[in-house]
Amino acid sequence: MIEGLIFGLLSILTLAGAAAAALLRNLVHCALSLSVTFVGLALMYLSLGAQFVGLSQILVYIGAVAILVVFAILLTRGAGALTPHRLIAAAGWRLGWIASVAVGFVLIVALVRSPLPVSGDHAVKVTVQQIGQALMGPYVLPLEIVAILLTVALIGAVIVAMPEDQKEMR
Amino acid sequence: MNSATLDQFFVLLQHHVAALFPTVLQPWVSMILGVVGIVAVFPAIFALTTVLERKGLGRMQNRLGPNRVGPFGILQPIADAIKSLTKEDIVPRNADDVVHFLAPVVLVVAIFLGYAVLPVGRNMVLLNIDAGILLFFAVGASTELSIFMAGWSSRNKYSLLGAMRAVAQMISYEVPLLLAAVVAVMMTGSLAPTAIVQAQGGFTGIFPHWYVFTPWGFAGFTLFVVAALAETNRSPFDLPEGESELVAGYFTEYSGFKFALFFLGEYLGMMSIAGYGITLFLGGWGAPFSFLTFIPSWAWFFAKLFLAIFFFIWLRGTLPRLRQDQLMNFAWKFMLPLSLLNLCVAAAWRFLGEWLGGGTVAELIRWLVCAAVLVLAYVLLARTLLRQQNISPRSYRYAD
Repeated sequence: MIEGLIFGLLSILTLAGAAAAALLRNLVHCALSLSVTFVGLALMYLSLGAQFVGLSQILVYIGAVAILVVFAILLTRGAGALTPHRLIAAAGWRLGWIASVAVGFVLIVALVRSPLPVSGDHAVKVTVQQIGQALMGPYVLPLEIVAILLTVALIGAVIVAMPEDQKEMR
Repeated sequence: MNSATLDQFFVLLQHHVAALFPTVLQPWVSMILGVVGIVAVFPAIFALTTVLERKGLGRMQNRLGPNRVGPFGILQPIADAIKSLTKEDIVPRNADDVVHFLAPVVLVVAIFLGYAVLPVGRNMVLLNIDAGILLFFAVGASTELSIFMAGWSSRNKYSLLGAMRAVAQMISYEVPLLLAAVVAVMMTGSLAPTAIVQAQGGFTGIFPHWYVFTPWGFAGFTLFVVAALAETNRSPFDLPEGESELVAGYFTEYSGFKFALFFLGEYLGMMSIAGYGITLFLGGWGAPFSFLTFIPSWAWFFAKLFLAIFFFIWLRGTLPRLRQDQLMNFAWKFMLPLSLLNLCVAAAWRFLGEWLGGGTVAELIRWLVCAAVLVLAYVLLARTLLRQQNISPRSYRYAD
């Protein structure tokens, strides 16, 4: 009963945040509403007993992604400017629709096909230690590939941001 | 009352009060009692700290500090509270009023959440969860967003500059802060603060097994303290609110109780990060000598907390403010490599212990090798960075 109530409240919070992020006219407000969605999702994970995922969601999405979005808005001309009332259609809007419908379809199919119900005592309790051992054991190769990818992206970003004269020096 | 009862006094009190209620309500009542305890005790310490800080800074600057309200000015926080409650709450006409209102609320809520997993004594932790340390860092990261909200919504260039500085600084120093804390987590094998405190609980002779007494622990603790100073925007890292440059940084446009909330948030953040530093490296609520264990665990925790606060005040009275480029260079070129190396040293410490086996000589070799690596890296890195810096008379563009 209480779990259902919590789930309902969190769903409303998450969906309202997402809707506001899409519909508000001020870009910074959109970014802040998006972080409300991130918080809602994190609380959802926590209410399902997935502590590590939930807290990592806050650490990464609120602590880094939301800040990055906000910085990107402020450093470009978007800060404070309102988006127009009329619908904005980018050049490839048809492709965008196709992609989002395809992703939505795949997600719905995956949801419908997954064995339900997985709740209460049937759910597997995964501790942080188990996640760590899995990451260091069977999944160590994917982890390291991701690490290398991120390092490459970081170095690339530094080189892009480096002043031109310094680039020639090296 | 014997020392065991005194040690568990607050836990027993909580059980006692909860037992007065029907069984269905008992878990809720004891939870609410815990929350009330946290919400009452830490702001009280904050009130005390404001007096201590002003008195302490006054002493260091050869003046008296507050001495009008009550004996020795000890009632000053009450006067401050009345003042901030009765002051007019001014919101700039251009400000984004919803975000402007939410910013201090989000800040204080996030910081209070961090206290939920902080063990302040034996069995005295509100929420004993597996991933406690992760929760602290997660809510610490979300304070950045509230600082941005405050700076952006004020529509004031000083506020925005202060917020940008604060966010850049907090993101940069979060990396070494996390990496320094990871060492203690690694050696304990658990993210739970209670487990980390318990792992430091033993004694050799009269000395405790605190992590700060190992080479990697000492390096980790030092890095943690420096990063914590920067995370909490304390001097010498107080650029985001540098009074001489930015009026008051991101909370320039706040007045009355909202200003007080920012002040509260800042000090609560300082105390919680000090509390986690104590938990991770200074044995949490453990006694510093084996013959002092009769003193209650919570007394030790708060004694250490006050010592940490005193240290923060002392530093504020001593060190000048850094420049923005020095701040960034220090985080990325000095703290980050050292904290990464410290991770490797901690791993080496663990495996050297297995290879060399027990015994005093093996222990000594392990200690010396790890300490030598860290000291050597520190000296070499510091020298290289110092050589790269062109230290010459500074030219002031507008003053010349």
